[in-house]
Amino acid sequence: MRRLARVFTHHPRLSLTATLGAPVMWLLVVYVGSLLLLVVTAFFKLDTTTQKPTSELTLDNINVAFTTSAFAWTVIRSIGVALSVTLLCLVIALPMAFYIAKVAKPWARRGLVVAVLLPLWGGYLVKGYAWRAMFSPGSEFSASGGGGVLDSTIGWTPGFGQTALVITLAYQWLPYMVLPIYAGLDRLPASLLDASADLGGRPLRTFRSIIGPMIVPSIAAGSIFTFSLSLGDYIMPNIVGGKTQLIGNLIARTLLAPNQPLAAAFTLWPILIIVVYLATMSRLKAFDNL
Amino acid sequence: MNLSAFTRWSLRIWTWLALAFLYVPLAVVAILSFNTSTSLSWPPRGFTTDWWSKAWEAEGPREAFVTSIKVALAATAVALVLGTLAAFALQRYKFFGRYSISFLLILPIALPGIVTAVALQNTFSRRIDVGLFDFQVGFGFHSLVIAHATFCVVLAYNNVVARLRRMSPNLLEASADLGAHGIQTFRHVTFPLVRSALLAGGILAFALSFDEIVVTTFTAGPGIETLPQWILNNLTRPNNVPLVNVVATVTMLLSIPLAWLAQRLSDGATATM
Amino acid sequence: MRTSRKIGAIGLSLVIVLAACGSDDSSDSTADSTATSDAASSTDAPAGTDAPTGTEAPGGDPTAAPTELGEGEGELNIIAWAGYAEDGSTDPAVDWVTPFEEATGCQVNVKTGNSSDEMVQLMQTGEYDGVSASGDATTRLIAGGEVAPVNTDLIPNYADVFEGLKLQPWNSVDGVAYGVPQGRGLNLLTYNTELYTTAPDSWSEMFEPSSAAAGSVSVYDNAIYIADAALYLMATQPDLGITNPYALDQAQFDAAIELLTQQKDLVSQYWGSFTDQQAGLEDGSVLAGTTWQFIVNLALANGAKIDAIKPTEGATGWSDTWMISSQAKNPNCMYLWMDHIISPDANAQVAEWFGEAPSNALSCDLTADPEHCSTYHAEDEDYWTDVWYWETATEECLDGRTDVACVPYTEWVNAWSKLRS
Repeated sequence: MRRLARVFTHHPRLSLTATLGAPVMWLLVVYVGSLLLLVVTAFFKLDTTTQKPTSELTLDNINVAFTTSAFAWTVIRSIGVALSVTLLCLVIALPMAFYIAKVAKPWARRGLVVAVLLPLWGGYLVKGYAWRAMFSPGSEFSASGGGGVLDSTIGWTPGFGQTALVITLAYQWLPYMVLPIYAGLDRLPASLLDASADLGGRPLRTFRSIIGPMIVPSIAAGSIFTFSLSLGDYIMPNIVGGKTQLIGNLIARTLLAPNQPLAAAFTLWPILIIVVYLATMSRLKAFDNL
Repeated sequence: MNLSAFTRWSLRIWTWLALAFLYVPLAVVAILSFNTSTSLSWPPRGFTTDWWSKAWEAEGPREAFVTSIKVALAATAVALVLGTLAAFALQRYKFFGRYSISFLLILPIALPGIVTAVALQNTFSRRIDVGLFDFQVGFGFHSLVIAHATFCVVLAYNNVVARLRRMSPNLLEASADLGAHGIQTFRHVTFPLVRSALLAGGILAFALSFDEIVVTTFTAGPGIETLPQWILNNLTRPNNVPLVNVVATVTMLLSIPLAWLAQRLSDGATATM
Repeated sequence: MRTSRKIGAIGLSLVIVLAACGSDDSSDSTADSTATSDAASSTDAPAGTDAPTGTEAPGGDPTAAPTELGEGEGELNIIAWAGYAEDGSTDPAVDWVTPFEEATGCQVNVKTGNSSDEMVQLMQTGEYDGVSASGDATTRLIAGGEVAPVNTDLIPNYADVFEGLKLQPWNSVDGVAYGVPQGRGLNLLTYNTELYTTAPDSWSEMFEPSSAAAGSVSVYDNAIYIADAALYLMATQPDLGITNPYALDQAQFDAAIELLTQQKDLVSQYWGSFTDQQAGLEDGSVLAGTTWQFIVNLALANGAKIDAIKPTEGATGWSDTWMISSQAKNPNCMYLWMDHIISPDANAQVAEWFGEAPSNALSCDLTADPEHCSTYHAEDEDYWTDVWYWETATEECLDGRTDVACVPYTEWVNAWSKLRS
């Protein structure tokens, strides 16, 4: 044991390989390997009778996935929805996280954080259907003669569609945005903020010049969750999205058709988008604040 | 921080509105679990506790609950080991490709669930023959654990790495100065310091695995039904929707102590995603 | 040297990944784990087990139906529509799986399939012994070699199945059965009774901009729905020459897609799971739509103001078949299951729980609701003559035309994806 330890101490590279080897191997073999196997089928032709990939090479799938304007619109819509969800989450989360971290009494803090965490356990599907009951538009033809929770209480509902979808997705992922921002703010020493105030900084200015830059990485980290989880979702559009379809629906429909080669070609879209997004976020040091 | 009373009140009201946003739909679920109608429509038609007694008697949700716990525990254990190893390696050694490793770890969560799901299903269903290794993963409890662990690693990693970053390197040096070798240092110094981060990361990983439905659908064996699968199966089945509302309400109530524990253990500051 | 170790570790994992890719291409040209290896597995049944004995089919077809059954294997893995295989876990009173398990010793594991497409995808994994497949899945499963022929002599209850369901194009090939019929239903036109004080009688309510329900139409969200448009065109545009809604040449197919594109403006909902439509019927966001009888029953029970009819143009429908996988690990249990699930008692229970017409003629005497079979027209063959059961479109036209190529189902899926995008 001791000798082994000495080997590691004297050979940092070896130690690195040993500690990093297991997780990297795991992800490479299990995950990236599987991903590669799926993606390469994009270049193979589908046997239309058996609906399995053949060994015949083709670029048709790539062509269909990347040059059909209807599919391009779905991709653009998906990015739009994912960005809207992220923005909405940010708008709700920022003041909330600030309140919890810097304004609320210390004893209330833990309770508030638990309150934010708790909805994560409500069940993704159950929450989706709850929002269905919320958004249901009023109609004189309905069984009850009225609409859903929103319509019958405040008299307004967006109905099912893109707006409802953005709200529901923001709801599902909000805790993933609140917590990193809260953690980021919590790490800010109060003395720093006081110093700013002492130097005559108005709260807004303190926020803009001190807090803002320091929590950008936290926001970026939270946005990775809100953006990518929204981009790939294909269940919520069916429940509250009305006719709205996202790239996830397109992939799911094609995969289950089953037309694996074309689905693999569609999959290149989100891979591309996510790689670009993560690269942007890593510039904002998001990975250090996940 | 010096804020005007107005700002404080605005922030407080905003926070309570946000909490209402989080809890009104959950209240709707709880209320509909007492509904006499089997539909999810509003308003409820009448009050009944039938669904609660039915849910109490039904074996389906209970078995699914136990399955989910088992899968989540196993996946969390694997994720913690791998995530911790990665966190130690990335924190202690600066080397080329550090960001690519972070990137790799987050990828299973960042890519659409359906892509991960089908990619893994594909791999598990085929025979892998590389000379020495000739095997097929197949489907069952183990495939579900592998799949869940894959996307849970990042949570364990994040929590541990956050703790390590705040840990003073002097501690490790002091330990070395006192003659401890690496493994002793780990056992007596490092591990006690990251223990709570491990627990916090573990609970988040557990929660993620517990509620996962897409990857689960594609990688579970024929004999496996987790709670989200049970919920999906029963939401798309006549007459069982209120039963699902009961189960969801109960799960949420049961999770309160766990969420509380996660928060306590992480000491507020390190509970990161 | 040290660096090379690290590179070595990463290199090794890459080798494994690449090898996995490689082995795939070399050993199995279909890039999936079926055909060749599975055919082998069914012939190389381990000695000593009571595997069914294969018939001496010409050419030694390894997937041929067995001539006798052995003991059950103790386990059974099946894919079923929700509600087709209830074991009492949802409602203790609804259980036809436990009696089967007790009688045969076969432990049943049920995977719920949410669409025909998903069922085909699941069967391709080779993990399941059997499936309750609708007609649009059966032909694909047969073509792909996913399922095996069934020796109906080994299934005593098969004798009592309605003749109109036996050896149909979607459950047989050249007079050889590929499964046992489970039940059938059709896609009805549902409408809100407050909006329509007199019942509509045409699918035009779903397709024409003049429809009273414009903006509140509910459409089944699957490529197979293209056939519904074709069926409507069959009646309204005879010039197109459509004789079978599943056999569309390019011109006919384009006309159907055009009709569906025009329909988009009328639609408020494309439903994938029937609960979504049920909710729409109840909350009034759906005023007309294509539906299944039992969705109507469920919505009515919740107070929805609706009714449903079969329009004068006829309708598309579905006839489900229990099929056995060509790679079944538990073939004996699957045969026992196929006999059990079409037995009068179980068949009646499924038909009532799911809300469909049973396949076994004797079931009608056993349903809890004595009117069930008449409500669902189980014995009324005339009712089904203008019902086009779901089938999978192939390049070879299903209506027998040989001068043109028809649009295959994969193209239907792509067109539907485009339409929905």
